[in-house]
Amino acid sequence: MAYEPSEEPVALKILVAGGFGVGKTTLVGAISEIRPLRTEEVLSDRGIGVDDIDGVEAKTTTTVAMDFGRITIREGLVVYLFGTPGQERFWFMWDELSYGALGAVVLADTRRLTDCFPSIDYFEQRGTPFIVAVNCFDGADRHEPEDVRIALDLDPDIPVILCDVRRRASAKVVLVTLVEHALRTLTPAAG
Amino acid sequence: MSASHELWLDEDAGRVVRPYALTRGRTRSSGDDLDLIAMVTATGAPYTGEAGLGPEERRILDLAERPVSVADIASEIDLPLGVVRVLLGDLQDQGMISVRAPAQAGPRPHERILKEVINGLRAL
Ligand SMILES: Nc1nc2c(ncn2[C@@H]2O[C@H](COP(=O)(O)OP(=O)(O)OP(=O)(O)O)[C@@H](O)[C@H]2O)c(=O)[nH]1
Ligand SMILES: [Mg+2]
Repeated sequence: MAYEPSEEPVALKILVAGGFGVGKTTLVGAISEIRPLRTEEVLSDRGIGVDDIDGVEAKTTTTVAMDFGRITIREGLVVYLFGTPGQERFWFMWDELSYGALGAVVLADTRRLTDCFPSIDYFEQRGTPFIVAVNCFDGADRHEPEDVRIALDLDPDIPVILCDVRRRASAKVVLVTLVEHALRTLTPAAG
Repeated sequence: MSASHELWLDEDAGRVVRPYALTRGRTRSSGDDLDLIAMVTATGAPYTGEAGLGPEERRILDLAERPVSVADIASEIDLPLGVVRVLLGDLQDQGMISVRAPAQAGPRPHERILKEVINGLRAL
């Protein structure tokens, strides 16, 4: 029963990075069918396993699971989202995740802006196209994107947008902004 | 070996075993370098090994009747990535699956594809 592809399937990879609790899981869940994906490297022998992995929202799962979402654009064209833990002890995963990635969304929380510094440094060094999406939490002061750009010392061509990742429409804008940025970055002549 | 020993070593214990027991303790294999979004397709080749195919390997072959990504497989059979890579490496060594690296790992994705993605996302 050999599979006969009408066209080679194309898979694209987008990363969602940012500090602890900034809304990575919420973003991936707002825009795609989210499923847990376990990485073995951080499985401890404290009995993490069969039962713990369902609770994506449980804080402990950030140590063993990354967020994994899939958006089918059409048959044969799929975008995969990977929510990557931002803490430095997870950096071992980042090299693999960023290899061949179309781009990355760095989520920022203005109350803890420094939390996203490592992510930004990382993608700048890797040359991975990225945007900064400021997740507007209730009760946090609103900041203009330009203020955030200055605070983060970002190049002028890197998009900075405000978002509420709980809303699907907002999550959509975040991803579209990233892919448009990637398109400009990857095909400068077209820009 | 006594009957009670066999009971404890029962292969059907399945999901009760620690994940790396499925790989007979191996943490490395020819599947190590598989990209998360590499596409896996079953070739239909018969099994010729000696250890016998485990239920997880059979699940992988079922899933891979049509191209399926490494990440999808790991999420679907609910095993850690490292374990899945070992199993995929074995199946690849056996010629039972073929693996295609993602297109964009080499040259960057085509402009046309990105525009299609943008339009597709907008239409979600
Ligand atoms: N008010 C408000 N709450 C939000 C927003 N985004 C996320 N939250 C909440 O903030 C909490 C953390 O969000 P998560 O999506 O789990 O964040 P995360 O980045 O995945 O967290 P870790 O994986 O633990 O690093 C959850 O309780 C969300 O419901 C937002 O835009 N506004
Ligand atoms: Mg999370």
